[in-house]
Amino acid sequence: MDWGFIFERVMTAAIGPEVIVFALAAIGLNVQFGYAGLLNFGQVGFMAAGAYGVGMAVYWLNISFWWGIGLGLVYATVLAMLLGVPTLRLRADYLAIVTIASSETIRLFVRWRGNSGRTGASEGIGEFARPFYDLNPFDNAARYQFGPFNFLGRDLWVVLVGWILVAIALLLVWQWMRSPWGRALKAIREDEDAARALGKNSYVYKLQALLIGGLIASVAGMLQVIQKAAVQPDTFNPVITFMIWTILILGGPGRVWSPVVGSMIYWSLIVFLENVLRQLPPGTRSTLESTIKLSDFNISQFRFILVGLGLILLARYRPQGIFGSREEMALDDR
Amino acid sequence: MVAQGQRDVSGERRIWDGSASRVRIARLMLGLLMSALAAVGVLAIAERAAASEGEQTIFGVISFTSEESNERVPIEGVEITVEGVGSVTTDGDGAFSIPVEPGEYTVSIDPATLPPGTSLRDLDRVELSALVEPGRDQRVLFAVVAGEEGFTDTSGGISLRRVAQLVANGLKDGLYLAMAAIGLSLIFGTTGLTNFAHAEMVTWGMLSTYFFNFYGLAGVIGFLAPLPGPFGDGVPVVFAVVFGAISGGVLGWLINRVLFKGARRAGVALLSQMLMTIGLSILMRYLMLYFFRGGPRQYLEYTAQRAVSIGPIQLTPKDMIAMALSVVILTGVGLYLQRTKMGKAMRAVSDNRELAESTGIDVERVISNVWVAGAALAATAGAFYGLTTVRWDFGFRILLLMFAAVVLGGLGTAYGAFMGALLVGLSISLSTLFIDAELKNMVALLVLVVVLLFRPQGLFGRPERIG
Repeated sequence: MDWGFIFERVMTAAIGPEVIVFALAAIGLNVQFGYAGLLNFGQVGFMAAGAYGVGMAVYWLNISFWWGIGLGLVYATVLAMLLGVPTLRLRADYLAIVTIASSETIRLFVRWRGNSGRTGASEGIGEFARPFYDLNPFDNAARYQFGPFNFLGRDLWVVLVGWILVAIALLLVWQWMRSPWGRALKAIREDEDAARALGKNSYVYKLQALLIGGLIASVAGMLQVIQKAAVQPDTFNPVITFMIWTILILGGPGRVWSPVVGSMIYWSLIVFLENVLRQLPPGTRSTLESTIKLSDFNISQFRFILVGLGLILLARYRPQGIFGSREEMALDDR
Repeated sequence: MVAQGQRDVSGERRIWDGSASRVRIARLMLGLLMSALAAVGVLAIAERAAASEGEQTIFGVISFTSEESNERVPIEGVEITVEGVGSVTTDGDGAFSIPVEPGEYTVSIDPATLPPGTSLRDLDRVELSALVEPGRDQRVLFAVVAGEEGFTDTSGGISLRRVAQLVANGLKDGLYLAMAAIGLSLIFGTTGLTNFAHAEMVTWGMLSTYFFNFYGLAGVIGFLAPLPGPFGDGVPVVFAVVFGAISGGVLGWLINRVLFKGARRAGVALLSQMLMTIGLSILMRYLMLYFFRGGPRQYLEYTAQRAVSIGPIQLTPKDMIAMALSVVILTGVGLYLQRTKMGKAMRAVSDNRELAESTGIDVERVISNVWVAGAALAATAGAFYGLTTVRWDFGFRILLLMFAAVVLGGLGTAYGAFMGALLVGLSISLSTLFIDAELKNMVALLVLVVVLLFRPQGLFGRPERIG
């Protein structure tokens, strides 16, 4: 096994585009769940909103890619209102039900053949991100190596912009959560009745939190499709939402930094595991093939199996994650 | 308030019960390992080719002529459906074949699965009829051409005949959905937990029926495979469905015992428990994909049946029998909840857990029974759904419908879930009169949102605090 290669892969992945995209989405979820206690099980829907915003601006409306960023934010706002207005006055699980149901519906709707002129249906949208890469100060096609990190020029540009976005998002969340608004949000999470008794309109606060988290996730979705240079409906599989949940709970909900740390740990682990599995010595490999039917195809399914197992164990034994505090996360909605 | 109290009590218990928690973790890990092993045992036995029973096939090749090279290019992954039999996707050579009994069939192609840049030449020829004679395989031809032709709405006009057929289909889906949804509602009622893994119970029932059908009662555990009869060899679908339902009940019991009983006792917040169900759902779904693989499959028998006409309605005998059985089962559940002591206890706990507990009802026992019954019902529904096609992600596909049904009827009520399921089944089926069939499940989301906006407690639920 080539440990040097695996080390380089893991290190590169730990600061790579995927970590950034999932960290951003998890920062959004942190505002919703970590600070406001909202069970949003459809975060991937907001990512799709952002992604299709930039994609459809170019493909359908024939306007500039940069306007598409605005369109994506508008989509995310509309989605937040659609999901939040009917459910946020009700018990917490109704939001969970509606969001989990809607994220899959969004995917089916954009890949509907009747939408092929607008969303590209199952084919998706390509060729829209050129203006972004035109601004790249690095050579798009060249490879850049520094220390254990190894990036293609275009990815390096995505990574640079991505980390700046993450920093901005973290700064904003940090500022908001120490403001009176953030304290009211936490109070609602802890005891909604008490907050209402003090005259706080908990419905509006929760709607704002859902919207802000959704907008941050939509930016994550934009960054993801820009990096992939394609908008594909099947990228927005509902299981993505639960990878984000795992990342958030791994880091610890209700802490500013935790989504980033959680995302780095999560992706390092996944990349490490998959590379090790792919490079197993032939003997071990064939044993695994005959006993648990491991093949090149289903190695990538391991990550979802691990997400499932990880979520069960984390939720059961350490819902506060690595950095959270148990008292803050002892939520109950009954 | 009450939850707060429970947490305090459990906190106390943890102080003088400290050593036990490690044991409990160990037991949980062991349980998870055992279930994983069981899954491996059940599913890992090699692919045995489906024994063909001297049937005929409907077959064909989907390909198009490339404009650049002027060669025939096979198309992989196109979904072909024989009505009342099932659907397959084309392989790497663009070929498909579906075993059928002799008879007349409607074969359709799903244009949405055609790759970009290709389309059907004749947009009205999405459905073809094929006459299969004894001893002769029947080829069907779908002409695919390069280039976008757009699409036309295949839904046609509104005729009495069509409405009757859609009502029958909707009733069928509604009955199955009711069986799948009752458990979801009862588990919520008795424990307050929204079980997002309930959809995977449906898939579990479907897949375990498939495996019992192919490999028999004990044949799934490898070394017993050479045994005859119900042990080593596959069992007929009729029995496999029963085994599937039982395996569903066993799984339900196991999940409650290993995961949620301990969590309740340790005072794990409902929110965290809900996350546990999400984790469980993903774990089960991808384990099933891992061992079952992606493609759709079919049971050994009853894959091919001719629909029988009753007045304006066409239904296959297997669907009619499954529908009749669903009615019997659902009536049985109703009587059970109404007449038996345990059934009454279930409704009592659902209504008010504390009050029920104070009258001497063993709540944990009731919850365990609810899990077993709910999971077995969901598994039965899955087994019935599987009469058409067996898929690894089927449950997830109908998760939205299950929630729409339960919320429409009122979370926590068994009868509400039943009525909600019938209404959702009918409205989805009838919606195809007006909208593209591909979008019909969106109607369920619409139902969900409208109900939450105007009557959040559902048709049969009691209103609760609304902010």
